[in-house]
Amino acid sequence: MNTPKNYRWRKFVDQFMRGSAVVATGCAVIPLIAIIGYVLTLGASALSVQFFTDIYQPPNMAQAATDGSEPAFDPNDPFAGIGATQDGAVVGDGSNPEANVYAGAPVGGVLHGIVGTLIITGLGLLLALPIGIFAGIYLSEYRNERYATIVRFCCDVLSGSPSIVAGVVIYVLVVIQSQQFSAFAGSLALMILMIPIVTRTTEEMLKLVPESMREAARGLGAPTWYSTFTVIIPAALPGIVTGVMLAFARGAGETAPLILTVLGSNVMSTDLFAPMASLPLLTYRYTESPYPGENTLAWGAAFVLMMLVLVMNILVRVATRRRAGASR
Amino acid sequence: MTMRSAMTLSRSIGFADLVGTRTRTRPATDSVNAKIEVRNFSFFYGNFKAINTVSMDVPANHVTAIIGPSGCGKSTLLRAINRMHDATIGARAEGEMRFDGVNVYDQDVDSVLLRRRVGMVFQRPNPFQLTIFDNVAYGLRVNGMRDKKLIAQKVEESLKRAALWDEVKDRLFKSLGTALSGGQQQRLCIARAIASNPEVILMDEPCSALDPIASLKIEDLIDDLRDQFTIVIVTHNMQQAARVSDLTAFMLMNRATRAGELIEFDQTDKMFTAPSDQRTEDYISGQFG
Repeated sequence: MNTPKNYRWRKFVDQFMRGSAVVATGCAVIPLIAIIGYVLTLGASALSVQFFTDIYQPPNMAQAATDGSEPAFDPNDPFAGIGATQDGAVVGDGSNPEANVYAGAPVGGVLHGIVGTLIITGLGLLLALPIGIFAGIYLSEYRNERYATIVRFCCDVLSGSPSIVAGVVIYVLVVIQSQQFSAFAGSLALMILMIPIVTRTTEEMLKLVPESMREAARGLGAPTWYSTFTVIIPAALPGIVTGVMLAFARGAGETAPLILTVLGSNVMSTDLFAPMASLPLLTYRYTESPYPGENTLAWGAAFVLMMLVLVMNILVRVATRRRAGASR
Repeated sequence: MTMRSAMTLSRSIGFADLVGTRTRTRPATDSVNAKIEVRNFSFFYGNFKAINTVSMDVPANHVTAIIGPSGCGKSTLLRAINRMHDATIGARAEGEMRFDGVNVYDQDVDSVLLRRRVGMVFQRPNPFQLTIFDNVAYGLRVNGMRDKKLIAQKVEESLKRAALWDEVKDRLFKSLGTALSGGQQQRLCIARAIASNPEVILMDEPCSALDPIASLKIEDLIDDLRDQFTIVIVTHNMQQAARVSDLTAFMLMNRATRAGELIEFDQTDKMFTAPSDQRTEDYISGQFG
């Protein structure tokens, strides 16, 4: 065979390019794997039955509950045990005789956080769904190009804007006005973040449905709203569901807007108009905690949050696939 | 085939005086049996004139074929009959398209109601991603039919009419319409179109995506349906036009204006044996396009 004169060079370039692509792909995947692995190893050690069934336990109370001793200090006194202790020693200087109390194994659980996240995110999604889906239908089925371009642009800006902005807006408009941090305010903030995601995916998925379907329905004398709900949306449903799950995952993971709206809570609360616990807030607060036990809880809460989104994703996918495949 | 020709002839005799060689000059009062009267009809996409002053009478309960090379405006004309262009931005009509004497482009004509009376079968089979049953029942439900027994009865009737019943009766609720073969899908679409009992069925090259055997089945079906429906069919296939239609219209794009024009409209037998326009003869004998 006749070998071209720069054959070796070309071969080298080919292999170099291929190698670069592989390395770059690896670099892109490593952070993801590292995060999942880290959360898994640290979070898994916090997992126990109690972790899912119990709510927050103050470390000293937990210690008292396990060995039957008196609490080291009055749990109802918010300043007890902070700064000077009974011996006059300062917490964390190593000479503190109660150090073992704080260093104890993680106690308590995050049930209040799981419930709170489901309520806040679920309500946010419930508020965002009708708006997002109908806006998507407008953009795809009833489009007036001039308005559609504006709406589309606004959606893209909104979905790209930092989530703290949504938090600040609701803080000013709702929390300050009502003089009350509340789960509902958090849901509103999450709704703002979810609407553009639902709108844009709905629009894109509806546009993927072939024009011939619309023509067929039109040819049978179906008004646009009728064909949209009986033919177009069912055909696009798996894609729309993916978008909704994306919105749920985004909302469930948001922390910044919740700090300004929901505040967080250490007790089980299902009151929509009061502060409520949520997994990202627990993760945030417990990570900052000086108690190693609470740090472990934070990893556990992060782990549960990831699993929650994953399980929701799988469940919804199985449900929609079964629905779509049933008649095939 | 000879018998079919004979039938076609006998059926067309009543229109010998109705359909002249130059329909566009015919006065409207003569069109007693015309289901659709096209009068000086022009159609525009924005500033582009796609068809120019077409006039023709489509008789009831006959098959009328529209033939012509690509780009001659035959599909545009067909779709203009039930205002399928309404969703196209910049599309507008001039002249009259009368359906049972009423201009369908009058402001008080509701396009949705019009399409319930003028059904359509498309070039590519386009069943919905629904079960076979729901596909056929779609038009019925659009029309507000809620009686389940009646719907089931109509679906069965339509599928039988479309010669599809025996092939799908065991899986009406199990299979999606999209899971059928191409030919079956097209017959399903015809069943869907005839279920709600329209008066006119428009067919836009219904066989162009099908193999010859499936095409033949559709042609047999069209033959069956002519007693009950007025059918207008656009086709690229001249043999098909000759086989299925009673009347044939030949359209051609005007080279200067690029607008489609009606060249000749006559009984199919005459069009294919003794056309009066040289351009028709050229096209039919394959010396054109």
